[in-house]
Amino acid sequence: MPRYFTDEHEWIDVEDDTATVGITDYAQEQLGDIVFVELPAVGTALDKGGDAAVVESVKAASDVYAPISGEVTEGNAMLEDEPALVNSSPEEDGWFFRMSVADKAELEGLMDEAAYKEFVEGL
Amino acid sequence: MVPFAGYEMPIQYTGEHGGIVAEHEWTRQSASLFDVSHMGQLSVAGASEESAEAAAQGATALEDLLPGLITSLKTGRMRYSMLLDENGGILDDLMVTNAGPRINLVVNGATKWDDIAHLREYLPDEITLHHYDDFALLALQGPKAGEVLEHLIPGTGALTFMTADLFKWGEGHIWVSRCGYTGEDGFEITVHREAVTGLADALIADDRVRPAGLGARDSLRLEAGLPLYGHDITTETDPVSAELTFALSKKRREAGGYMGHGPVMEVFNGGAKQRRVGLTLEGRMPAREGAEVFAGDTKVGTVTSGGFSPTLGYPIAMAYVDAAHAEEGTALEIAVRKKRLTAKVSPMPFVPHRYYRGS
Repeated sequence: MPRYFTDEHEWIDVEDDTATVGITDYAQEQLGDIVFVELPAVGTALDKGGDAAVVESVKAASDVYAPISGEVTEGNAMLEDEPALVNSSPEEDGWFFRMSVADKAELEGLMDEAAYKEFVEGL
Repeated sequence: MVPFAGYEMPIQYTGEHGGIVAEHEWTRQSASLFDVSHMGQLSVAGASEESAEAAAQGATALEDLLPGLITSLKTGRMRYSMLLDENGGILDDLMVTNAGPRINLVVNGATKWDDIAHLREYLPDEITLHHYDDFALLALQGPKAGEVLEHLIPGTGALTFMTADLFKWGEGHIWVSRCGYTGEDGFEITVHREAVTGLADALIADDRVRPAGLGARDSLRLEAGLPLYGHDITTETDPVSAELTFALSKKRREAGGYMGHGPVMEVFNGGAKQRRVGLTLEGRMPAREGAEVFAGDTKVGTVTSGGFSPTLGYPIAMAYVDAAHAEEGTALEIAVRKKRLTAKVSPMPFVPHRYYRGS
């Protein structure tokens, strides 16, 4: 299952017509202790690059953007009780939401793991 | 590291004990060391060669600019006060200490240059204003701060909340005040910049002490209900609306004779239109500075600081709300993005103060 990354530090796993979205380990480290995640409701239509979720850390609120366009199919209910999962397991258990893939061509502009790693090292 | 008041300061430390929540919790259970050298350390004194008289002259002159009783402060005693402008707006909040031959002031870092200009403009020429810009300020805060500092510098443990004294440290001296900005017991220590690293290292060498940054300092003071200048108090707010009337001494309310007295007394006697209140929020989503507060469809106030309380496990905030909605227990709503959060006017401090007032 290929994983793509955005320059806003979201990751996206794509399997057939469904994608899972979260934020990267680098992002959670920058944000610090996460106390709340506001997820989009199921059925929300997302536009690539548009607001999708909000992460509240102790210090500030930060936007999470939709890596691609599509419709939200599921939110990670575990984050409701345990938002700190985003800190402890950002790229696995701390996923944010699942969505449909409206246009696979939108994935082409995203980074693969090696490119993202290089991107982060350059920051 | 972030730029703050002209200094590079850490929001939080890295490493296994770093992070705002870890630093916050360590301060509540043990002791944390904060570098608050950005704060302005000033002194005011008169021209008398007799030291108590010089301090008294400084105190008298300061009372023209502050609403508190400074002339009655005994040596080694300190008091919270504010610099007010002619409209009764708050120019800064500060700690005032009778340090023996002079009156010491500790003012906010972001406002210190304006404070110095204000003091120099309005204090009489014969009053000396000194800026201790070659001194650092360390804050040691937490329930174990007393035993830690007593171990390192014997005698400091005898200080009680809001008292201060001079102690020997190495080849020189340090000025130790038992006060702070976290709601916990603790100290603020004035130390020469050439000796500060040694003192900080000696404190951190104690296993009970860990460093903490600006992030924890902010979440701790919010839980303690302490206002942050530039956010919860500004020139647009007055001491009465800010619920800081404890700093308006009764004697001076009646006698007047300080800048801003007239406008402040109008609010004091007529009642504040808005008041600074504490809000506790339902759920986990915090409301931040600038969020609007509603009673039904009517906007009744604005959040001035807010965040998630690590100690309580839910979000808290300070806000100015219309006086009609400022009573404890009043149900309000806060608009955050597209949501309305349920909030309740709650007493401050949110987390009880644990100051050391003597055994």
